[in-house]
Amino acid sequence: MILDSLNLQVKKGQVVALIGGSGSGKTTLLRAAIGQLIAKKGVATAFGQNLAKVNPDKLRQIRRRMGVLFQQGALFTDLNVFDNVAFPLRELTNDSESIILEKVLDKLDAVGLKAAAHLAVSEISGGMARRVALARAIVLEPELVLYDEPFAGLDPISLGMTAQLIRHLSDRLGCASVLITHDIDESFQIVDQVYMVGHGKLLASGTPEDLRGSEDGYVKQFLHGSPEGPVVFEYPDTPAFSSWLSKRKEGL
Amino acid sequence: MIFKSISALGAFIINVISGLGVFSKFTWELFCKSGIALRRPRLVIEQVHFIGNHSLLIIAVSGLFVGFVLGLQGYNTLSMYGSEEALGLLVALSLVRELGPVVTALLFAGRAGTSITAEIGLMKAGEQLAAIDVMGISPLRRILAPRLWGGVIAMPVLAAIFSAVGIIGGWVVGVLMISVDAGSFWAQMQNGVDVFSDVGNGLIKSIVFGFAVMLIALFEGWYAKPTPEGVSRATTRTVVRSSLAVLGLDFLLTAVMF
Repeated sequence: MILDSLNLQVKKGQVVALIGGSGSGKTTLLRAAIGQLIAKKGVATAFGQNLAKVNPDKLRQIRRRMGVLFQQGALFTDLNVFDNVAFPLRELTNDSESIILEKVLDKLDAVGLKAAAHLAVSEISGGMARRVALARAIVLEPELVLYDEPFAGLDPISLGMTAQLIRHLSDRLGCASVLITHDIDESFQIVDQVYMVGHGKLLASGTPEDLRGSEDGYVKQFLHGSPEGPVVFEYPDTPAFSSWLSKRKEGL
Repeated sequence: MIFKSISALGAFIINVISGLGVFSKFTWELFCKSGIALRRPRLVIEQVHFIGNHSLLIIAVSGLFVGFVLGLQGYNTLSMYGSEEALGLLVALSLVRELGPVVTALLFAGRAGTSITAEIGLMKAGEQLAAIDVMGISPLRRILAPRLWGGVIAMPVLAAIFSAVGIIGGWVVGVLMISVDAGSFWAQMQNGVDVFSDVGNGLIKSIVFGFAVMLIALFEGWYAKPTPEGVSRATTRTVVRSSLAVLGLDFLLTAVMF
């Protein structure tokens, strides 16, 4: 079991951050929310529909109302920047090429990459690729946007701009946004609600101010990045490790 | 020891049967999602161009050399019976019935099959397939189906090019270098090669091989472990399995057709 006793809700227009240590199950939650993983127990609903019970066509329709930014960006390497962002429009709408041009350049402008539209994916940096992926995730103006580590690998300027962009998009489109992030300072400036997961459970939730004022040892340690606290840095010694080590030593 | 061997054999058989089941399900789903090939033929044409264009050089050069060898070997054998005039017929029938479809399919598996497997495997590793899926677009329909039909269309065209170039190779060696009579070379070929039973059956073979190679290549890419080692193993499996499938199917088809 990865996650247990978790109850999260995201409402229209809200920006929610999901924080927690590495391996705490944040990405698993995201995959459950988009129907890529079906929970053995419990329910993941999107737009009021139980994702475990809908048929593939219905699931596809639900997903068309979502935008997802993957950790690696997941850009199509055989397409250039423009065609990557245009891909969902060409596949899912009947828009003419002139409208597609307008919409794609608008979204690329929003992420500061309008003039990079002609470049191949191999010609742009990792941070730029993430911003292109962000433009692609929002090009259909979805009702729910899920961001998996949107700030990873961004320089400080891009990081600040991306954070503001996420808030701005949520306000402008009225969409719900969920950020999976480790970047406390930047995300706490733009989110309405924070959920902290760890040990497979929901450890804390509330506004950024609530969490900053929390006396919980785990929350304090995580927010301040302190080595001292309930979360140990070192992987615990296990009988499996001891047995492996003794076998290795015998073989020497 | 005996129990371990029996258990290993049992596990192997179960793996083979379940693997065949997964492959059949994958094939069925891919066929069900192939309507896009008719609705958006441009996607298929792009794949025919990509797959065919990149395999063209190796197919043409191989065809030429196979034709040279057939010309030489055929002449040596036929001259023992004083039937050198039948060289054109021998070269054409060998190529159109057997070598054209089979060698093209083997080269196609090595050239296009591996590249398709690696492409799909790397798309999976880079989360590109997941991204398409999350957009509400079926990757089987949008990515795999056009490649399947592109490969199936490209294969007989490449086999025809292989056979045509091979016949030219046989003509160069037989007529230009060994001085077999040019009129006999072409006339025997014209009289002996039947459009339906020889060319038609060769065409059917190459279409069947095209399906086999493309389905195996796409299947291996789709189920590849999304790691560098996983993609590398999948490409190797594509060559091995599709080559064996081509040779096995060739035997079955030849037994039925000729």
